[in-house]
Amino acid sequence: MAAEGHSPLAQFEIKTLIPLQLGETNVSFTNSSLFMALAVGLAILFLLLGMRHRALVPGRWQSMAELSYEFIANLLRDTVGAEGRKYFPFVFSLFMFILFGNMLGMIPYSFTFTSHVIVTFAMSIVVFLGVTILGFAKHGTHFFSFFVPPGVSVVLWPLMIPIEIISYLSRPISLSVRLFANLTAGHTMLKVFAGFVVSLGVIGGFLPLAFVVALTGLELLIAFLQAYVFTILTCFYINDAIHMH
Amino acid sequence: MTEPKKSSSLQDFDARLQKARASANKVPSGGLSKVGVRNGLGVAMRLGVELVSALAIGVGIGLLLDYWLGTKPWLMLLFFLLGSAAGLMNVYRAATGIGQGVGYKRATSDKGGKSDPAPDSNGDEAGETEAIGRKKE
Repeated sequence: MAAEGHSPLAQFEIKTLIPLQLGETNVSFTNSSLFMALAVGLAILFLLLGMRHRALVPGRWQSMAELSYEFIANLLRDTVGAEGRKYFPFVFSLFMFILFGNMLGMIPYSFTFTSHVIVTFAMSIVVFLGVTILGFAKHGTHFFSFFVPPGVSVVLWPLMIPIEIISYLSRPISLSVRLFANLTAGHTMLKVFAGFVVSLGVIGGFLPLAFVVALTGLELLIAFLQAYVFTILTCFYINDAIHMH
Repeated sequence: MTEPKKSSSLQDFDARLQKARASANKVPSGGLSKVGVRNGLGVAMRLGVELVSALAIGVGIGLLLDYWLGTKPWLMLLFFLLGSAAGLMNVYRAATGIGQGVGYKRATSDKGGKSDPAPDSNGDEAGETEAIGRKKE
């Protein structure tokens, strides 16, 4: 019934809500843009409204806002150290944006913008370029020594340097593909199992239904974990650029 | 409340404040391996993609260079091998918690030695890496 005409991939379709054209470029407001705006708005509301009382002893909401702040602040301090504090606004915004995007995607009938590789790639390329520029700004041409592994004899340099460069260039790819692949795979799997519930009917449908319930829990974990992994890798990269060998 | 009692509690507070400040300002000592390994699930999710992405970048560079220099299959084959080597190295680094650093050494600011020993089994590996790094300095 409902499963017909509903491919498990239909949830990833981009739908134009307000068509807009800027010169040659299509800048329409799509469902993806809508959910990005929602994620930003909800993150701002979550923090602003949570902190509106500024109580010394925080209530539940304020406590959540403070916890999320402290979580990222500690993460940044553990990985980068005191110099990392400057980059806190960027890292925190990144984390909240991805987290809210992933969590909004868990609501049925919503759209998960992090399940599109172009979105995650755009974020990871910003991180990659930013970190590279930061490295050059901090160390100048000394930055190139990054690609020379220490303790390797000169004979091996022609082999090691290309490997290191490839390893460095692979960062934005692995960063973006990890987030995108996990979210896409998880949401597709949820939809496939949910489709089984309908097609197996009242008698056989309970098993896949139980699976869907369990998978929803797993997906919530993954939604958080992937936001965390993206953030911590950003911290690692910032740390690499600041404290170079 | 009597005067000396007050001042002693103030001193106590001062000591604690200073301790907290010191811990806030300290440079991460072995933080990379600690944070990286503590969250095992996070590490596990990284490894597969790490391997494939380096391979893809290697093949991509090879194909581009081939297209540019007209040496059809050869550079692609060469960079395929380099890419797989880079992928394996990425996985090795992520798994041992040496960090994402290109190059085996950890950040110089650790200065080694001082850091409390990592609580996990790969602490000695990290120590080895530091030793290699210091030899070079």
